[in-house]
Amino acid sequence: MTPLSQYLLVSALLFTIGLAGALTRRNAIMVLIGIELMLNAANLNFIAFWRYGPNPQALTGIMFVIFSIGVAAAEAAVGLALIISIYRHYQTANVDDITSMKG
Amino acid sequence: MAWALQNLWLIPALPLLAAALSALAKQRHRKFAASLAIGSLALALILSCVAFVTLLFHSGKGETVRMFHNFEWFRFGDTNVPGTALRLGWVLDPLTAVMLVMVCFVGLLIFIYSLGYMAHDENFTRFFCFLSLFAAAMLGVVIANNLLLLFICWELVGLTSYLLIGFWYHKPSAAAAAKKAFITTRIGDLALLLGMVWLYSQTGTLLFYDNGSGCLEQSTLIKMVAQTTSLGMAVSTGIALLIFCGAVGKSGQVPLHVWLPDAMEGPTPVSALIHAATMVAAGVFLVARVYPLMAISPETVSTALKVVTWVGVLTAVFAASIAVAQNDIKRILAYSTISQLGFMMMGLGVGGIAVGMFHLITHAFFKALLFMGAGSVIHGCHEEQDIRRLGGVRKYMPVTFATYAIGMMALSGVPIFFSGFWSKDDILHSAHAWQVSHWPFYLGLFGALLTAFYMTRQICYVFLGPFRSSGRKEVLTSSHSELDPEPSSRKLSEPPLAGWEPHESPRVMTVPLIILAVMTVLLAFIGTPAWRWFQSFLGEEKLKFDLSALTQPEVLWIMLLATAVAFLGIGLGWWLYGRTPVTKPEEVDVLERIWPDVLTVLRKKYYVDEIYEWSVVGFNAWWAKTCDSLDYWVWNGGIKLLSYAVIGLSWVNRFFDEKVVNFGFDEGCRRVTQGGSLMSRLQDGRVQHYLRVIGFALAVLVLFLIWGCRAS
Repeated sequence: MTPLSQYLLVSALLFTIGLAGALTRRNAIMVLIGIELMLNAANLNFIAFWRYGPNPQALTGIMFVIFSIGVAAAEAAVGLALIISIYRHYQTANVDDITSMKG
Repeated sequence: MAWALQNLWLIPALPLLAAALSALAKQRHRKFAASLAIGSLALALILSCVAFVTLLFHSGKGETVRMFHNFEWFRFGDTNVPGTALRLGWVLDPLTAVMLVMVCFVGLLIFIYSLGYMAHDENFTRFFCFLSLFAAAMLGVVIANNLLLLFICWELVGLTSYLLIGFWYHKPSAAAAAKKAFITTRIGDLALLLGMVWLYSQTGTLLFYDNGSGCLEQSTLIKMVAQTTSLGMAVSTGIALLIFCGAVGKSGQVPLHVWLPDAMEGPTPVSALIHAATMVAAGVFLVARVYPLMAISPETVSTALKVVTWVGVLTAVFAASIAVAQNDIKRILAYSTISQLGFMMMGLGVGGIAVGMFHLITHAFFKALLFMGAGSVIHGCHEEQDIRRLGGVRKYMPVTFATYAIGMMALSGVPIFFSGFWSKDDILHSAHAWQVSHWPFYLGLFGALLTAFYMTRQICYVFLGPFRSSGRKEVLTSSHSELDPEPSSRKLSEPPLAGWEPHESPRVMTVPLIILAVMTVLLAFIGTPAWRWFQSFLGEEKLKFDLSALTQPEVLWIMLLATAVAFLGIGLGWWLYGRTPVTKPEEVDVLERIWPDVLTVLRKKYYVDEIYEWSVVGFNAWWAKTCDSLDYWVWNGGIKLLSYAVIGLSWVNRFFDEKVVNFGFDEGCRRVTQGGSLMSRLQDGRVQHYLRVIGFALAVLVLFLIWGCRAS
């Protein structure tokens, strides 16, 4: 059986890729994708900790992740909707250009 | 008996009501006010007569009949402790009854006379309102059985006197005279008030008679005599002297006499009613009322009575001598009044209540008569008051002359038929019998001589000789300034009316004169040595009819002496003024040719006014000025200094506020703004920057946690 650390490594890799994507991409959709990656890294962690945890019979980890995926889906929908309306307003999806919220 | 006593309070209450009602009346309701005043006083007169007659039935037994009714006015302190209730009351005794009838009778006649005298005055209603108020207050003084009640009415009397002297308040001299009268009498009243307070502290009651515990009753008096003050005199003497001071002020005795001549600025009926017949007699009445207090003493003749006598004698001679040199018809009468009041005081001092009161009553009638006669002359001669500009009025005003002559003879002491003679004779008789000194007797005789003299002078000037006023214009231009320095010649500046001559006054004025003249004669017969009805009524001796009393050597001797003195005075006056009548107003007074210096001093009233002006008024003015400058420089300066200090402090405050507080605050604000703009730079609106910060922070957090795990 694969040890827990392997899962965690994969998850950390996934998180790092997601973070890098979110930080470096200029397109808002790509940023959103990065965020989704980080979210899935967290989900993976949940599953892994549940599976290797003290009580794997209870389906708590699965429940949590299913909720998380549901929420992520909703969040992706809202995020995409926001991006579409931003795009309509600014005629761009480049996050560097959308700075009207600055102080 | 009981009825008269129970309703005694109505006597002052009726005129008071009349005064209150006419105070509400409008200026044009002349008839209403006059009829109210006269009607109420007439009712009061009827009630007084009832009281008098009631008393008459009980008198003549050689002892004083006295009834009183006391009631509780209000209570202070504990209910059960005696002496904590203030009780007032009224008393009906011969003294009250005699005064009541006199005041009502003379007052009524003067009210009626005023109808004519004041007929043309626009403030007729106000005049009658004041007169009624005066009558009420005076009657209140008379019936009061409590020194406090008496004092209240006494002050009311002073107030009405002030109001009526200043009735023509638009005349500065009248306004000043009113103030002078008020303030001068107030000096005496202060002493009276002190005496009252002292009396209360000693006896615990101010009721005169209260079934043995009143302050004029024997047991209380004995208690007061037994105590002595730090000055070594009995308490009763001290109180009596203080009360006497009030009488001195009200009755115009030396040295507080100065207000009375000036009071003649008021309308003549007022002079007659208040300043001759009734109010000024209130002082004499007060002394008579508290006579038991005055008379009681460890010595045979009490100190208080000695003082009363000497003040009276001094006043009698002093004022009579001033009257000799006056030229204003009313001023002569005013000084004569002062002098006669002196006689009354002297009578009280040497002889007792009856002697003084007899002269008071007779004087009230003939002095009211004289004043009203003078008013009639003034009225008939177009407000001319200077006797040098009158003259020969006898032809024009026969009734006035006849009645005036009767009054003058009564005042001068012409024997047998005139009341003044008998009352004055009684005083002289008592003075002669006085144990302490014979001087009052001699001075009294001298005063009587002067009285006869100045009255004759006045009669000669006013009624005899040619009428001198038609040439007034020349007088005006040529010699006015040195002729009359007195303020009384107020009409001088007006040009004389063309073709006028004096006329007799209307019936409404002459009838009261005639009635008073008749009374002046009739009153002569109630107090002669042969039939001392008046004296017995006042309860000092048994009544008996005894013609032989007239021929007792001592009585006869004094009577003859008094007669001689009266005739001497009249003869002297006639010889100097009547023999060769004065023809021109600017003619020098005969006496001035003989003794110019003496006459000047007399005409200036012994410079008493000037001395007061210099001393009392001067001191007062100086003190006021001092206080004013003290106020200005010290207090005002202090306050200014304080205010400057406050202003300076507020400047400092402002400086601090602006330069320190504001500065600090502004700087703080600027810093906050700067900080804000600095911080706002962090928020550059770029999502990825935020994310970067979060990521960095996460990394730091993770590293920190790892490092923390290691360390543990």
